[in-house]
Amino acid sequence: MSVTTPPAATTRPSQSPRVHWRHRLAERGVDGQLWLLAPAVLFVVLLFLYPFFYGLGLSFQPTEGGPFSDYARFFGDAYQRGTIWTTLGLALPAALLNVLASVPIAYRMRGRFRGKRLVTILLVVPITLGTVLTAQGLLNFLGPTGWFNRVLLALHLTDEPVRLVHNYWGVFFSLIITGFPFAFLLVLSYLSGIDPTLERAAATLGAGWWQRFRAVTLPLLMPGLATTFCLTFVLAFSVFPSAVLVGNPAGETRVISIAAYQAAYEQYDYPYASAIAMVMGFIELVIISVVLLARTRLYTGSSGGKG
Amino acid sequence: MRVTAPDFSQLRLDGVSRRFGSQDALTGLDLTIQAGEFIALLGPSGCGKSTALNCLAGLLPLTAGSIWQDERRVDTLPPERRGFGMVFQNYALFPHMSVRANVAFGLRMRRLPRDEIRRRTTEAIRLVHLEEHADKLPGQLSGGQQQRVAIARAVVLEPSLVLMDEPLSNLDAKLRLEMRTEIRRLHQSLGLTTVYVTHDQEEALSLADRLVVLRAGRVQQIGSPQTLHTRPANWHVADFMGYRNLWPMRAQSAQGALVEVEADGFRLVGDPVGDIAPGEAVMAGVRPEDVRVDDPGEAATNTMPAEIEVVEYQGRELAAEARTAAGIRVHLRTDRRVAPGDMVALIIDPQRLLIFPNDSDEQPSGPLVDEVGTRLEEPGLVG
Ligand SMILES: Nc1ncnc2c1ncn2[C@@H]1O[C@H](COP(=O)(O)OP(=O)(O)O)[C@@H](O)[C@H]1O
Ligand SMILES: [Mg+2]
Repeated sequence: MSVTTPPAATTRPSQSPRVHWRHRLAERGVDGQLWLLAPAVLFVVLLFLYPFFYGLGLSFQPTEGGPFSDYARFFGDAYQRGTIWTTLGLALPAALLNVLASVPIAYRMRGRFRGKRLVTILLVVPITLGTVLTAQGLLNFLGPTGWFNRVLLALHLTDEPVRLVHNYWGVFFSLIITGFPFAFLLVLSYLSGIDPTLERAAATLGAGWWQRFRAVTLPLLMPGLATTFCLTFVLAFSVFPSAVLVGNPAGETRVISIAAYQAAYEQYDYPYASAIAMVMGFIELVIISVVLLARTRLYTGSSGGKG
Repeated sequence: MRVTAPDFSQLRLDGVSRRFGSQDALTGLDLTIQAGEFIALLGPSGCGKSTALNCLAGLLPLTAGSIWQDERRVDTLPPERRGFGMVFQNYALFPHMSVRANVAFGLRMRRLPRDEIRRRTTEAIRLVHLEEHADKLPGQLSGGQQQRVAIARAVVLEPSLVLMDEPLSNLDAKLRLEMRTEIRRLHQSLGLTTVYVTHDQEEALSLADRLVVLRAGRVQQIGSPQTLHTRPANWHVADFMGYRNLWPMRAQSAQGALVEVEADGFRLVGDPVGDIAPGEAVMAGVRPEDVRVDDPGEAATNTMPAEIEVVEYQGRELAAEARTAAGIRVHLRTDRRVAPGDMVALIIDPQRLLIFPNDSDEQPSGPLVDEVGTRLEEPGLVG
């Protein structure tokens, strides 16, 4: 102890509460190792909390009207309000499809087999491409004169090119291509966390593969799927580049981030843009809360794929 | 639960083999199991016991051989169509289901009527004394209770064969004894045909009707507990069955039905297992409890002067380690109050000293002679 030695008689009474206090903190996980969190905390404060509260404050200081007038303006304008539904219409199905498509593929890819690494790399490569390159590829492949339409035309399956870019579908495909690898990797790791002997036990009890999946693996995987859904949903909800590049940013893919961008960088109305960003964050929060609330009703103990 | 009338008379394993890459985990296992029998597969870790059990359960495809249930070939069936129950070492209980749901799982998969499922589940839970815990999740139970659930879950289906893979190895010593009795009781009251895997020879001896000893994927011996205890087929089996004293020696001459063996001028007379020609390398084996301790005295057959070196207290008896004048270490058990440093005479009944042919260069599991230890001078052992 670094305490300078006082007379022996007073040492005991003064030290014992101090020790107790340390023990009590240690019991709750408060100890020196907590300092390891310092860089992360600093990072979160500087790059997330500060801008967030700055934006929140700004959104209540509109250039004209009361503190809530920018929110009223957003919700009062059907053209602006509609971006919420446009964005949800893209992000919810895309996130759902990413999660649902990951499950069978990851399920098949559990365990070891020849060429697993190659398949994983192929499935995950789109992460490295980035949105712009993906958009470029989509335009070349699915565009009116792209390979896809040329094949369809050559096979006389269609008389005129199918429109798959510069509309809803272009953005949707882009969200799948960039979101799927994330969902797949997450689901694969959740699946690997489930003890494989459980399915073997189920097999010896007479369960066929579908019953094993349905009654044993899926319930243990569900919490992980919920988490995965939330993450891919957030990725998809803030879609911006692909909505502009392979979508129709003035019409059917005018997502909420475009509305915020226009407010900020075309009208230079930062308080209004902040208000739109706050609305965006709030909607994400609502969806995530609903999903995570449902998740608490699931089994999340050991040998479940955690989550 | 009622005693099941077995729906088959025998299960036959015919040259069952399994390779992993270039490694043979199990080679040519031939075994016929009668209905109602309790078979123990016994062997050191890595010898292929789990592989054999998984092949039986259908969780591992065979590389060669076949499995027959009477005239029905079962090795081509998937596990869910074999109707064998299995108890896993780590219990493998479904963590998200209550005890009741775990036990009912197999019945539900069979789409039995709801009230029959309820009745049989309740009965199986009562059989393993878990009535108060029926609605808990497995994570809320102790290891012993979890293993009881696993057993109930397997036997509730009244399977034609129950497979158990080291079911007690995760439990503490006291619980292991209790559960051992419980498993034996269940086997007797339900008449379940059981294949039980263990690396614990005591467990195997106490439970099984017949033992199959495996080593490096090959069957070493199949026999009753008594046979394995008193006449192991080779020194590997002996090593595993508690013959802690195994001394590499050389055969000298036959003496009637017995044979005289020698090492470094140290001579013993023992009972040969199999044919042994003079001059052949042999392994002489004796259990610690068959080494008798007496006061040092006259030289006589199979009597060795020795000094006690280590003594372990084991209740009524002492387990001790002694070193003979020739430097050979002897494990023994005795109820004499010996102490380290005591000079004694060790006597081995020639009928209890088994002489095995020693075909390999392998060493038994325990070290024989202390390599750095100095040998005592006097080589004179009486023969
Ligand atoms: N899936 C596997 N892949 C490769 N080798 C395996 C596999 N399972 C078991 N083995 C090998 O087969 C041998 C027998 O294993 P096992 O049957 O598990 O032994 P045990 O008697 O301890 O149950 C071991 O040497 C082990 O390394
Ligand atoms: Mg094993």
